Amino acid sequence: MSETATLPATAVPAQAQRRRRVRPSALARIGLIALLAVLPLYIDVGLLTIGLFAMAAVVAAIGLTILVGAAGQLSLAHAFFLAVGAYGYAYFAGSAGVAGASSATGLGLDPLLAAVLAVLVAGFVGLLFSPIASRLRGIYLGVASLSLVFIGEFLYENVRSVTGGFNGRAAPPFSLFGWEFTDANTLVVAGVPFGRFEKLWELFLIVLVLSYLFANNVLRGRMGRAMQTMRDSEVAAAVMGVDVRRTKAGVFVLSSMYAGLGGVMVALAFGRLTPSYFSLALSIGFLAAIVVGGLGSVGGAAVGAFFVTAGPLLITRYSSSLPFISASGSGGYDGGKAAALLYGLAVVLVVLFEPGGLAGLGQRLTGRRTARVLAPAPLTGSSKPEESS
Amino acid sequence: MTDFLNYLVNGISLGGTYALIALGFVVVFKATEVVNFAHGSLLVLGGYVIARLAGDVPFVVAVLLGCLVAAVGAVLVERLYSWRLRDSNVNALAILTIGIDILLITELTRRFGPDILPTGDPWGNAVVDLGIAKIAQARLVGIGVTAVLLVAFFVAFKYSSWGIAMRAGAEDGEAAALMGVRRGRVTMTAWAVAGVLAAVAAVFLCAFPTPGIDASVRQTALRAFPAAILGGLDSTAGAVVGGLAIGIAEAMTGGYGVRLAGGNLNDVVPYLVMLVVLLVRPSGLLGTRELTRV
Repeated sequence: MSETATLPATAVPAQAQRRRRVRPSALARIGLIALLAVLPLYIDVGLLTIGLFAMAAVVAAIGLTILVGAAGQLSLAHAFFLAVGAYGYAYFAGSAGVAGASSATGLGLDPLLAAVLAVLVAGFVGLLFSPIASRLRGIYLGVASLSLVFIGEFLYENVRSVTGGFNGRAAPPFSLFGWEFTDANTLVVAGVPFGRFEKLWELFLIVLVLSYLFANNVLRGRMGRAMQTMRDSEVAAAVMGVDVRRTKAGVFVLSSMYAGLGGVMVALAFGRLTPSYFSLALSIGFLAAIVVGGLGSVGGAAVGAFFVTAGPLLITRYSSSLPFISASGSGGYDGGKAAALLYGLAVVLVVLFEPGGLAGLGQRLTGRRTARVLAPAPLTGSSKPEESS
Repeated sequence: MTDFLNYLVNGISLGGTYALIALGFVVVFKATEVVNFAHGSLLVLGGYVIARLAGDVPFVVAVLLGCLVAAVGAVLVERLYSWRLRDSNVNALAILTIGIDILLITELTRRFGPDILPTGDPWGNAVVDLGIAKIAQARLVGIGVTAVLLVAFFVAFKYSSWGIAMRAGAEDGEAAALMGVRRGRVTMTAWAVAGVLAAVAAVFLCAFPTPGIDASVRQTALRAFPAAILGGLDSTAGAVVGGLAIGIAEAMTGGYGVRLAGGNLNDVVPYLVMLVVLLVRPSGLLGTRELTRV
């Protein structure tokens, strides 16, 4: 991880030493991105779809790790903000008078504009929730945020003009300055036809890299430090001049915007939205992802979200050749259940044994220590140090 | 008016069940500062054991065994976190219980499959006419059992040495330990009590007119979370008040068919009530206000 830039300026020798060591990891990252960029040339549409979902989940999970990991605000409402983004995009970009069974309407805006608006709306809804959030501490917030998921489920089924009700609605395909991300105008790259999924793959990869860089920069900047101080002690943060209420509102807005962006990506990857997707299980999955990855670590969130999202799909896909896995509906451990058990177990083990998650494990294995401010959330650190005997 | 009384009586019976669940939640929080997100799954676990045993053994035995299994499950959770995580950050403990919840509910969902199992209770679909309102017999029994359990709990909480030890531990764990209170034993008992209350609640949550129990009962059980928060997470009396408030609000909106945007509001009313109350009183109705000493 390239934590170099954040080291205090006084630690010059250590910094110089670290810079030498960081270079291979930066190279590895560029290599990974390049590898991901050429992957559509080699893998089939099924795997591409799984990859698209995983990338959408990674973006959303980055938002949650900023909120829960860096700022210490436990939230189970992430699925709701994802839904706001997804339905928002479908509504803004959907054509006005859709004929047929679906009662959903839309504004028929340009998809790019619709996506931006959807993300902004998700952020705005996060802002609306922040009066409640900023009054509540810790665990009260966790349970209060549950309510958004259930109120959301009620709305998805009933505000039919936007969501299409129980059966959901179609999400229009993306287009950039008139260039459509569909199978209609297929490009051929290196002998491989680039249809809807291949194009979306490249688009998502760009969005993913930008989201990743942005989140890392936020966490290392003034705002990130304010959030981490707030997480460790609200009183201390206030004493140091951090406006706790504003910081909380800000982090909620930022995290919901990430969720909204993830939602837009889900809408594009699915092409269709149904209420059952945005359930409590989705929120819990995201929480599991960031805990397993290492709370507060952007890279960890990415890896965790990949496992939690792609895991069930991959296990289902290869279920016939995996031991202990049975077909869906046969009463055995199908892909979804096997993966849920795996990540449930992973969460329990991580909390018990490696509170830093995969990020912490990685640091331990490579023998690198990060600067204190960037250390993952002190998951097991006592909230009341004066009481620990 | 008859309608109103009907809804009220049903609301009280539902609210009583919520109160049982919420009370378990609060007892655990008070004793250990853990918000137990696995509580809903423990309830399903108890209900599952009862439903599986139904028919093979007498109903009372099935319920006792269900309570036992739920209590043992709860104590195992307690042992697991106190093994390594005593005095940890509350969020870490909450996340641990979420992990356990994922494990438990996934396995239970698999075991239930597509079935809805009857709990085998002896009341069936009998309905009692109270003169002012009609109510399913199971619900009437539910109100009675709930009342007895709540009174027993509060008496034990106030007068028994366990209750005193627990309140002392909640007040100041270290001082209590110095006075000879065995915290481990006290917290284990608290978790066991929560498990028992959850299993009993499962019986009445799934009795007539509900067709039976399956894993989705967890969703219903989750509505007791708003009840606990509403009353104040660290207030046992608040759990009862919150439970009744949520139960009655749900029965009323369901009964009168209060609709919003074409959907019936009763499923989300607990959450709406909670959000409104939290805006005004961030620590719930009867919860202790958090003070910050600088």
